[in-house]
Amino acid sequence: MSLTLLAVQTLNGLQFGLMLFLVAAGLTLVFGVMDFINLAHGVQYMLGAYLTAVLARVTGGFFSGLALALPLTLLLGLVLERLVFRPLYARGHLDQVLATFGVILILNEAVKLAFGAAPISVPVPDLLSGSVLLMDGLLVPVYRLAIIGAGLGTALLLWLVIDGTRFGMLVRAGATNAPMVSVLGIDVRRLFTAVTAFGAMLAGFAGAMVTPILSVEPGMGDGVLILAFVVIVVGGVGSIRGAFLAALIVGLVDTLGRSFATDLLKLVVSAPTANRVGPALASMAIYVLMAGVLAFRPAGLFPSRSAG
Amino acid sequence: MSRTTRDLLILAGIFALLAALPFLGLPGWVLTYTARIMAFAICAVALDLVLGYGGLVSLGHAAFLGIGSYAAGILLAENVDDFFVGLGAGMAAAGLYALVTGAVAVRTKGVAFIMITLAFGQMAYFVANALSEYGGSDGLTLWSRASIGGRAALKDRTLYFVILAGLLLSVAIVRLVTASPFGAALRAARNNPERVTALGYDVDRVRLAAYVLSAVLCGGAGVLIANLTSFVSPALMAWQRSGEFIVMVILGGAGTPWGALAGAFAVLALEEGLSLATQHWKIVFGALLVLAVLFTRGGIAGLLDRSAK
Repeated sequence: MSLTLLAVQTLNGLQFGLMLFLVAAGLTLVFGVMDFINLAHGVQYMLGAYLTAVLARVTGGFFSGLALALPLTLLLGLVLERLVFRPLYARGHLDQVLATFGVILILNEAVKLAFGAAPISVPVPDLLSGSVLLMDGLLVPVYRLAIIGAGLGTALLLWLVIDGTRFGMLVRAGATNAPMVSVLGIDVRRLFTAVTAFGAMLAGFAGAMVTPILSVEPGMGDGVLILAFVVIVVGGVGSIRGAFLAALIVGLVDTLGRSFATDLLKLVVSAPTANRVGPALASMAIYVLMAGVLAFRPAGLFPSRSAG
Repeated sequence: MSRTTRDLLILAGIFALLAALPFLGLPGWVLTYTARIMAFAICAVALDLVLGYGGLVSLGHAAFLGIGSYAAGILLAENVDDFFVGLGAGMAAAGLYALVTGAVAVRTKGVAFIMITLAFGQMAYFVANALSEYGGSDGLTLWSRASIGGRAALKDRTLYFVILAGLLLSVAIVRLVTASPFGAALRAARNNPERVTALGYDVDRVRLAAYVLSAVLCGGAGVLIANLTSFVSPALMAWQRSGEFIVMVILGGAGTPWGALAGAFAVLALEEGLSLATQHWKIVFGALLVLAVLFTRGGIAGLLDRSAK
């Protein structure tokens, strides 16, 4: 295990964590503010990726595709909220789970119907192609750095909005005690709609950003959804700060675990055993982390409700 | 007719139909598929004990099914082919895993419980993937089924009735347990754990006992599935399957005498029926789920309750 590899994998872990944060941010707000479990959040990520891939092809440029895809994901979020989510706010979590699971099935299959089951690949935009030499022997693709930059930039923007604006104040208040916000004369319904659509766009943005480095295919949001849930319960439901830190932890643990678990195990057990156990342990790492956090802090690392 | 009588009649009807099915001259695949549905229905019924009656949403029940199948599969691969040895091993292994992981999980509640059970389920899934002696991620093909009392390996028809008996026993056990004082405590703890604690119950222990019992039944279902399909693979433990069990229970009607059973049949028969009709059946199935939630309450069982009023 070399220092260069460690640096590369740390950057990859950071990038993965930031993408997870973009998905988890919307999920944790929707869950925290509205007490609504939205399993369909992962399909928003997939739709962002598909819209960008297809529109980039039509318009002939990645950035024009991205610029058209973002408002469309926002619009889709609005439509879903109106048609499916709104009637379910007053219902139990189980009904929400069942209905949004249905939405996943519909949209995954609709995407397959519209664009085929084969993965679509998107070329890295010219402007962000190539690599830079960060330090001796450490050559990093510009696009990966761009993703990290975009993720950090969005996180910063989100922090400014949530911490510094009236809308952000209402969201924070909603995550702490939604009925009280309503009692104070705020139209909570409009707040809910805004948060859902905004969260959908963030997830769509994450999906759009990974199109040049991952294959765009039906069901690509399902795995991300589960990881986003891991992030929000580890971070504490409703907490953006918690989601940010937990996303970075999950991204780093998963990426570094996959690269180094086997090598680290070889220090303590024989090589064949390490080769067998290593990959399994690496895949499990984030779940072990989550089980550990929940066993000792059931409300997550940074709970937004003081009562838990 | 009281509701209890009606529910018992419905249950009797379902089981009479299932028992008569092999004598109706249907093609073999119908029986095999029905046997498969019945085995998964055991898991749905078992999950309903913790989900419906206990209010604990477990997203890790597929792990218990998988552990049961692997116990049976590994024994068969090692030439231990007595059915009851496999059944005992599968149930014990699943119960043991539930005891260890449940002791941690029952201390959490709500979405934390969902996620911690998912975590333990995923751990079992990745261990199965790493079992390279027993097929690893490709799964393990079993060359013969188990046998009962040293006779020839179980035939399709015998296995059908064995699975039917397993389902009947599971439904009976869950019904007896929920009707007992223990079941009353479990249900009461779903609604108001503080009061149940004040009455002198250890809520965590009540929940853990229900969780373990539920896992033991799922482990048994895993042994049946392994024998039915002659194949075990990590895919049995994927979290999507745990999600499917939850869908069955909610769609059928959680915490009702026959809801989970009806839900399992509805989900799996719909999947098979729709997939015969169109390749893109998931759109139709998804739309049905959304509509079912938006326009009904309490699942299939709830539908009947309301039409009876």
